[in-house]
Amino acid sequence: MFAFTIRRLLFAIPTLLAISFIIFAILDLAPSDPTGNLPLTIPPEVRAQIRSSLGLDEPFPIRYALWLNQFFINEPLNMIEGWTGWTIGDGERLRVTSWATRSPVVDLIVERMPQTLWVVGMSQIIAILIAVPIGVISAYKQYSWFDQIGTFVSMLGFSIPTFFTGLVFIVLFSVHLKWFPSIYDTNHVIDSWSSFVFQIKQMIMPTMVLALATAAQLSRYMRASMLDNLQQDYVRTARAKGLSERVVVTIHVLRNSMIPVVTVIALNVPTIFGGAIITEQIFRVNGIGQLLIIGIQGADIPLVQTLTFIFAVLIVMFNLIADVLYGILDPRIRYE
Amino acid sequence: MRDTTAPLLDVAGLKTVFHTRSGDVHAVNSISFALEAGELVGVVGESGSGKSVTMMSLMDLLPRSAEIVGGEVLFEGRDVRGMTRAELLQLRGRDVGFVFQDPMTSLNPVFTVGRQITERLRKHMGMTKAEAKVRAAELLGLVGISDPERRLSDYPHQFSGGMRQRVMIAIALACDPKLLIADEPTTALDVTIQAQIIELVRDLRRKLDMGIIWITHDLGVVAGIADRVIVMYAGQIVEQGPVRDLFARPQHPYTRALLETLPKVTGERSERLHTIEGQPPSLGDEPTSCPFAPRCAHAFARCMTENPFRVDVGGGHDVACWWDPETGEMRDV
Repeated sequence: MFAFTIRRLLFAIPTLLAISFIIFAILDLAPSDPTGNLPLTIPPEVRAQIRSSLGLDEPFPIRYALWLNQFFINEPLNMIEGWTGWTIGDGERLRVTSWATRSPVVDLIVERMPQTLWVVGMSQIIAILIAVPIGVISAYKQYSWFDQIGTFVSMLGFSIPTFFTGLVFIVLFSVHLKWFPSIYDTNHVIDSWSSFVFQIKQMIMPTMVLALATAAQLSRYMRASMLDNLQQDYVRTARAKGLSERVVVTIHVLRNSMIPVVTVIALNVPTIFGGAIITEQIFRVNGIGQLLIIGIQGADIPLVQTLTFIFAVLIVMFNLIADVLYGILDPRIRYE
Repeated sequence: MRDTTAPLLDVAGLKTVFHTRSGDVHAVNSISFALEAGELVGVVGESGSGKSVTMMSLMDLLPRSAEIVGGEVLFEGRDVRGMTRAELLQLRGRDVGFVFQDPMTSLNPVFTVGRQITERLRKHMGMTKAEAKVRAAELLGLVGISDPERRLSDYPHQFSGGMRQRVMIAIALACDPKLLIADEPTTALDVTIQAQIIELVRDLRRKLDMGIIWITHDLGVVAGIADRVIVMYAGQIVEQGPVRDLFARPQHPYTRALLETLPKVTGERSERLHTIEGQPPSLGDEPTSCPFAPRCAHAFARCMTENPFRVDVGGGHDVACWWDPETGEMRDV
């Protein structure tokens, strides 16, 4: 298993290099102009100077090589310095810098990360906590009223996009009931019980919108997988051993049914960042998704490149995690 | 509480129905039989004759679509159908062992063999983890698996088909059951492994003195190991009797036909194998006539209007048929 993981990690390197090239090339072909948002009164020669100060007059291969160097060597070294307090070399190196804010992209992302992780991470956990029991009960009591309602609700959750449920939530819970704030306050500091309660309150809506969409999908997978397994012969063996239904279902059947579902959960983690882009916009959560939208609107290409590439890294990583989990859960699969 | 004069298992008028989309299927129709402690009864019949469903009905291990609609099951005089959930689990766990047809799918693929044995011991024998492990290794040794301590930590996919069936038998025997129900335990195995498993069960039976119900469609197996034979057709018992007597003087035309289908190697070899013409009836309704009558060469008019009851033919042998093979006439009952 260890050797398998190492080999897969090594394989990830060429994959990610290829992805980075494609991202860089596609964004370079985009007709957007970083000076496009500047006032029209700026003379053309000043515009040209701004462009050359951003390094845009260099040829494509050189810019790509410089970006690679900045992203894969300078930024990690910088991070190591930040964590350990050492100084590697002279400590002076070019970083990937946002064109719009002139601050290093990585710093921007690190700044935005906690909000996204809180909201998205929480929503994933809640989604699993909702979906697994619903899927198990739906399958165990197939065609019961619980199953029927569960099926109906997950069809809704599946087919209604988050930007719609988000708005419905705001209208219902913020405007009419006034239970939760409609705008997420990123600067909120938790220093007392009441401020903690406020943090929970402002997290509830964005988290639930994402969680419901994910749970709808997961509970369907869970149900299907449970139904498959409930019919297996080993279930009858477990019952014949005089085990209680609770043990048969929650230990024997659930463990087998989780195998495909864990894969779905792991593969879902990076895509939830995509889903979060919209949700973050609706609730004004200053997270990664919102940063990406701002970057795209401002033609801030280094920012967009870096974020897109981070998403790619997440996808490759979680694919590997899914494979490893698969091997842990299912003893029939051993990677040599 | 325990009735010592009662047989180990006493089944009377058992009826099981499958509820399907195209209507009910009456898979088991008024089955009655008894099993004494230490006795080995072979249950034979073709696929769909209700052998397995009958035995699964005994301990209520039926699939969700099936329902027991009537009859009585007594285990040592205790009414199984009237038991509470806890009593039924206790009965399944301690007193009855099951071995199923397909050893490839009957074990849980994600747990070690050791865990699948110890789980039962810990729940029903109140053993600690360590005690259960010792006993589990002992059981694997008993069913002829070499190096049992080490193999406890192996997963089912690391065993061959025959070895897995041995593991199933070890699980079935874990709590020293009084009754072992083996549902075609050798059907999925190749012939040499089959012989080993049969030999193993015969040997264990002598050691452990338990009642065994052995479901099979192989008359050869039955002849080799059973004390008594039950022949099933279309969800009912058509004939039952001591194994020698039943093979020596089969009464029911279906039993006779089954025995004739066995290929013979002695004497003249016939060109073609014997078959029984026709198909078993579909069981959409409970049969009101003899279910074998449409395929029977000896059917009387009465067979078409009345389902024969079981007639005692002496020596603990009975048959559900009006036709008397000795006279060729209708029985005087």
